[in-house]
Amino acid sequence: MSVKQALLALLEEGPRYGYQLRAQFEQRTGATWPLNVGQVYTTLTRLERDGLVEGTGADGEGHVVYRITEAGRGEVATWFTTPVSRTQPPRDELAIKLALAVTVPGVDVGRVIQQQRSATMTALQDYTRLKRRAAEGQQPEDLAWSLVLDSLVFSAEAEIRWLDHCEARLRRAELERPETLLEEILSDEEANR
Amino acid sequence: MNHPTSAVLRMTGVTRVHGEGATEVRALREVTFAVHAGELVAVMGPSGSGKSTLLTLAGGLDAPTSGTVEVEGTDLAGLGNAGRARMRRTSVGYVFQDFNLIPALTAIENVSLPLELDGVRTRTARVAARAALDEVGIGELADRFPDHMSGGQQQRVAIARAVVGDRRLILADEPTGALDSETGESILRLLRTRCDAGAAGVLVTHEARHAAWADRVVFLRDGVVVDETGADRADVLLDAGTST
Repeated sequence: MSVKQALLALLEEGPRYGYQLRAQFEQRTGATWPLNVGQVYTTLTRLERDGLVEGTGADGEGHVVYRITEAGRGEVATWFTTPVSRTQPPRDELAIKLALAVTVPGVDVGRVIQQQRSATMTALQDYTRLKRRAAEGQQPEDLAWSLVLDSLVFSAEAEIRWLDHCEARLRRAELERPETLLEEILSDEEANR
Repeated sequence: MNHPTSAVLRMTGVTRVHGEGATEVRALREVTFAVHAGELVAVMGPSGSGKSTLLTLAGGLDAPTSGTVEVEGTDLAGLGNAGRARMRRTSVGYVFQDFNLIPALTAIENVSLPLELDGVRTRTARVAARAALDEVGIGELADRFPDHMSGGQQQRVAIARAVVGDRRLILADEPTGALDSETGESILRLLRTRCDAGAAGVLVTHEARHAAWADRVVFLRDGVVVDETGADRADVLLDAGTST
């Protein structure tokens, strides 16, 4: 995640100190990607070094307040107009796990799929509950948070759909395997005896 | 609140077999399942997994090959056809994918019909129907005919009809199927609200996003419950204990 660009974007609204930036980031995104204050200050120091923000001295309570520079505004504009890269998909543990489960002998793939489906469904139920609450707010920050929740909902839903798809493909493959058919016929005969 | 005796719907060891011999199909196998007051349970599964069979059995539209189905503590098998028909009018509300409204009746007439069939006086039935339409947010459309309403509005009428007269079990079969996603969501919100107010709901769907509105999600595969989310283990054990 790009903490640097996120903080710069928040500074577009006006000068802020580190703790405020963290609070505003979390207001818009829930605690989905928690930031610690240390990380915020380290990033601000680096942004200042690169000339993207400048310190304006301490406020009455001793907080160091930062302001965005022209160069910083340019950086934010570029960030918003550049699509997030998909050329390097993030490592997907679940896809890797299933790819191995279907090839490593002795793994109950159906069970792997169902366990994941239940876990993802539980997460989806939690997001939906949060969404019902978020929908009640009227502030722009509430809209931001509810869109982040939608993103989580859509990706959980996509994961469940993909798991359903994997299950259906595996069943079909199972039925098409000649030795499985033979086994089935034999066990049917056994049962009929 | 989830005390076992408060189960509005209880299915115990339910098996439903269609046909026999070589063409025998076991639509449901030994399914045990309970829904309590205030609870919305989603049933998910691919087509052919038995989810629609489960719903028709729960509503007394069909009878199990073995096992029992109880609605508010009454075994449906002991009711007879007339008793089951009465139970369907007074205790169970259905919401279908294609709304199933009567085109020649206005919204309020559609909603009051089950009460009138049950012998409630027209005036009283209309008052109850009006309250139900208000509750689903379309009181002002009471005198419209279904053809002059949007899909979302028609589904709201269907939900009002399903809950009118204080029915406590709502059975919904893909209720959002024909609606756009925003309208579909408002329908789920409505079902959810109704269950929060004390009804017991069963929602059959293949959409994970819709099932996520439920308190519990039950997964059906080949007529068998293979898993469920959100189940209170202790409660499941209690249910199993009282059903034997």
